Amino acid sequence: MSVNFSAFFYLISAVCFILALRGLSSAATSRSGNLYGILGMVIAVLTTLLNPGVSRYGWILCAILLGGGIGTVIARRIQMTALPQLVAAFHSLVGLAAVFVAAAALYSPETFQLGTQGNIKPTSLFEMGLGAIVGAITFTGSLIAFGKLQGLIKGKPLVFPRQHHLNALLAIGLLVLLFVFMATESSFIFWFLAFVSFALGLLLILPIGGADMPVVISMLNSYSGWAAAGIGFTLSNNLLIITGALVGASGAILSHIMCKGMNRSIMNVILGGFGTDPASAAASATASDKPVKVSSGEDAAFIMANARNVIVVPGYGMAVAQAQHALREMVDTLKSKGVTVRYAIHPVAGRMPGHMNVLLAEANVPYDEVLELEDINHDFSSTDVAFVIGANDITNPAARTDTASPIYGMPILDVEKARTVLFVKRSLASGYAGVDNELFYRDNTLMVLGDAKKVCEEILKALKAD
Amino acid sequence: MDIQTIKDQAGKVLSASRDLTEEAKQLEGMARQFVEKTGGVHLDPFIIGLTVFILACFVGYYVVWRVTPALHSPLMSVTNAVSSVIVVGALMAAGSDLGGTAAAFGFVAVVLACINIFGGFVITQRMLQMFAKSK
Repeated sequence: MSVNFSAFFYLISAVCFILALRGLSSAATSRSGNLYGILGMVIAVLTTLLNPGVSRYGWILCAILLGGGIGTVIARRIQMTALPQLVAAFHSLVGLAAVFVAAAALYSPETFQLGTQGNIKPTSLFEMGLGAIVGAITFTGSLIAFGKLQGLIKGKPLVFPRQHHLNALLAIGLLVLLFVFMATESSFIFWFLAFVSFALGLLLILPIGGADMPVVISMLNSYSGWAAAGIGFTLSNNLLIITGALVGASGAILSHIMCKGMNRSIMNVILGGFGTDPASAAASATASDKPVKVSSGEDAAFIMANARNVIVVPGYGMAVAQAQHALREMVDTLKSKGVTVRYAIHPVAGRMPGHMNVLLAEANVPYDEVLELEDINHDFSSTDVAFVIGANDITNPAARTDTASPIYGMPILDVEKARTVLFVKRSLASGYAGVDNELFYRDNTLMVLGDAKKVCEEILKALKAD
Repeated sequence: MDIQTIKDQAGKVLSASRDLTEEAKQLEGMARQFVEKTGGVHLDPFIIGLTVFILACFVGYYVVWRVTPALHSPLMSVTNAVSSVIVVGALMAAGSDLGGTAAAFGFVAVVLACINIFGGFVITQRMLQMFAKSK
């Protein structure tokens, strides 16, 4: 296939990818969107295989079958609650693949028409180095995110003195190495560059805590796109550049939405150390002496069965307890008793963008009952019961009233305006931000302590016994 | 015709060809000067790439803002699958006739990218099916 023909087919493939993202604008068109994505990828791979420089199909087929097999098995078996860590793990692979492609281009520039070994153009070397740097940071950064989400590494922010100085030093070092690499084309410098980037990826993500993971995952999503675009520049391949830019932009937008959901700047998240402020820790220590009304599953069932309408507010606790199915059964029983039930989703609920929506969809909750913050927030004042399950910080009124609070300015769900607030929580401990929630001590708040799934089952039993 | 004349003529041809090479070199130098003066005829591939890149960023920006928030998780998994399009570079390296170290790196990169491509599309399909079911 001639170069012009391949470029044409690559263009078709890029258009398919754009349509794939476009399809996600509504649930109705989303599945055809995914098919466009698959079509685009098939066109891209076939076009590449028909390239005159490509042979050794047996070798390639082995690689595709091996990778494809592993990927398919993992994606079929994984539980939906483990989705965030799966996505993090997948991001790390894109990053590592980018490093290897850059290395292949360095060792065999003839394959990509970049000249001969020892005579690669400095601009190509620059693009190669840049692709490798972004890829390497994506790789180790995603590994750490995976470890934190999987519980292999402590979710608490890991902070040590002079951390930011070290990171800045490494970043400057990378720039210097990049220019040395351009001047020398040395493979030793290339691997040194990759190694320093690996270290920087680790150090960047380690200090970021568990509940900031929605931002981190989106950010790494964005990085994996920029890495692909960097490789696209190296190989002068427009398909890679377009796709990389699409993915990069997508990740950046998601990071922005997540940051807005927490009223934090992206720099604030990256610099890390949320909830380590000693003043707020002291405040929560004094507050915990206040009286709290603790209630049982039967009481909660009685209150909800006698309500006209209920809004369910799910959070990460629901995902951890895998309570979505039990919750849906409970809601179904309530609905059969004539109670109107809807769900309110905060943008940063859970550990990745849209996490709660996926879990509720898995439990067959109709998506027109699941509403975003801005669509449902003014309905709380006319609601009898707000049923908060495994969420905390996203309901804390301190975000609106207490200027000293670390979560001040974060948009919250106004559950306090409901006539009764039921909090399903494992304990009275403060949420991730380390801020005490004053709602726990209000007269109209009832705490139902226990695992989210068990509490839902208890309530369901009580409702059915009625 | 004796050997001496053949030798002489060969010598003449040789010197003539030397002169020709010299003139060709001068011509090449002049042509290069001319191209440099007029700023070259073709665009640097980097500039073409940059144009495409910036435009694609804008396309991405407008398309992604239209994605409904409920589908943000499938958006992440599908972009993840799609960004593995670097498999294109990996395949070229792995399938190169030149072989060697680069082919080995290419092989590893193809495996990694394919885990992503298949895994990403399969998990996206699973999620979207759940959304379709819960209508």
